[in-house]
Amino acid sequence: MEKIYWNKEIETMEHEDMKKLQSERLVKQVRHVWDNVPYYRRLMEEKGVTPDDIKGIEDLHKLPFLSKADLREGYPYGLLAVPLSECVRIQSTSGTTGKRVVAFYTQHDIDLWEDCCARAITAAGGTNEDVCQVCYGYGLFTGGPGLNGGSHKVGCLTLPMSSGNTERQIQFMMDLKSTILCCTPSYAAYIGETLHEMGYTPDDIHLKAGIFGAEPWTEEMRQEIERLLGIKAYDIYGLTETSGPGVAFECEAQTGMHINEDNFIAEIIDPDTGEVLPEGSKGELVFTSITKEAFPLLRYRTRDICVLTREKCSCGRTLVKMTKPMGRSDDMLIIKGVNVFPSQIETVLLKDFNATPNYQIVVDRAGNVDTFEIKVEISDEMFDDTIKSVEQLEKKLSADIVQILGIRAKISLVEPKSIPRSEGKAVRVIDRRKLV
Amino acid sequence: MMSVKQLSVFIENRPGRLSAVTGVLGDAGINIRAISTADTKDFGILRLIVDDPDKAVKALKENDCVVTSTNVLAVIADDTPGGMAGMMKVLYNDNISVEYMYSAFLNPSDVTACLILRVENAENAVEALEEAGYKLLTEEELAKI
Repeated sequence: MEKIYWNKEIETMEHEDMKKLQSERLVKQVRHVWDNVPYYRRLMEEKGVTPDDIKGIEDLHKLPFLSKADLREGYPYGLLAVPLSECVRIQSTSGTTGKRVVAFYTQHDIDLWEDCCARAITAAGGTNEDVCQVCYGYGLFTGGPGLNGGSHKVGCLTLPMSSGNTERQIQFMMDLKSTILCCTPSYAAYIGETLHEMGYTPDDIHLKAGIFGAEPWTEEMRQEIERLLGIKAYDIYGLTETSGPGVAFECEAQTGMHINEDNFIAEIIDPDTGEVLPEGSKGELVFTSITKEAFPLLRYRTRDICVLTREKCSCGRTLVKMTKPMGRSDDMLIIKGVNVFPSQIETVLLKDFNATPNYQIVVDRAGNVDTFEIKVEISDEMFDDTIKSVEQLEKKLSADIVQILGIRAKISLVEPKSIPRSEGKAVRVIDRRKLV
Repeated sequence: MMSVKQLSVFIENRPGRLSAVTGVLGDAGINIRAISTADTKDFGILRLIVDDPDKAVKALKENDCVVTSTNVLAVIADDTPGGMAGMMKVLYNDNISVEYMYSAFLNPSDVTACLILRVENAENAVEALEEAGYKLLTEEELAKI
């Protein structure tokens, strides 16, 4: 019989039992952090909390929050909870210079992370009979390594393709009969479009499922990818700070992602007050890692806005489900799978012009691929009489943006005051992608 | 220095921009004596010789235009076959590159034409042209024509 759960005991555990397991692990984890992470211990002391106050999951709300700012402040070792000699891996966020966050893993952490990914692959119908083509980026980005590890655990024949060279991806997909595809949804759509452009149809490939994450995508995009590739498309969620992909994964019901609650306690809070909201409320998702050894973040604010639901799922899993993120509680944009903060663009402009001109980020989606344009209002200081000098300026800006963000933006120099103002301030971001 | 002041205005490629910028000059009572556009896919540069450059710059800046001024040469050439070729030859012989040029509306007489030139080395160009007998206009002369 086909295995439908990777870890049946955990994935179908009664909620009360899961709460008991979470409580035990939380109490132990708080003690571990208190003893080994002076940074978080100080935050606890400031709030007047000690490990003795945390007797179970009902006391979770007493703990202080962590945010990306804390991780930056603590860079690189400030939140590390074990000696470096016990760590075997470092991964990093797709955010970049100045915003980079590094996470550490012991071998046990890697095992648990890969186990989460194995659950996702199994939920998508993966078994040791499958050929799993991983075209997430490999390297510091968690996408490739996470799904690669999960695929090994399941026993799939793993194709560590990484991203890019789409025609070769399709060639391998056909020759080696890949059955599961793992990548960002926009790349999946691009592969699908390329497949058709090359004159093939879904009948020419053997794919049956895809596991897509690392960027926001819509229900319409899911249907488009499913049609283009002739597969069932599953969502997967995660963040480097807590491990990587596999924090939550979709099942055959395709109605939200099950959170791996034996490893992560999820809360929904009011992003303004920090107050915990009742189940079913829309708010900011907060995770507490209760099994991580090296980098155990307690009450980490993801900035993703979503809803948690605990209705019975047709797949039989009892793990709580989260909706696709519906937005952010900060100004971060995810463009082509890369985290982009407007402040990073300001940094580039400041460096190139010694001043911050008015600018506007315009994000849209053409077909299924994000487009990314930065409009910059030209000023007398930047302008010289020749076309050449203006084009050189655009080129330099473009190169600096690639260096800082890792993705290319179309740079458009525009006339002063041509960017619309709102209450005197230029509107910084126009996101035309309708993702929710 | 035998040169005249040229204004360059940055213009986005979208409808109405040329109309707006020239409208600003008209409203300010500025007369355009020479004009050219250089364009790319996304933007263009409007280059102008006007009768009162300082007043024009002020009016353009007040209307949020990005404008810069550059010194260019205004040379009088014969309006006969070979007139242009003769001038270019003088510059070529002295190894002076022309970055761009265009013709002006102003004309001292029926048998001459006035050309606006931006060259790589203005001083050498002036010397070469004058030596070859070409007349270059000064700011004051240009304003009077």
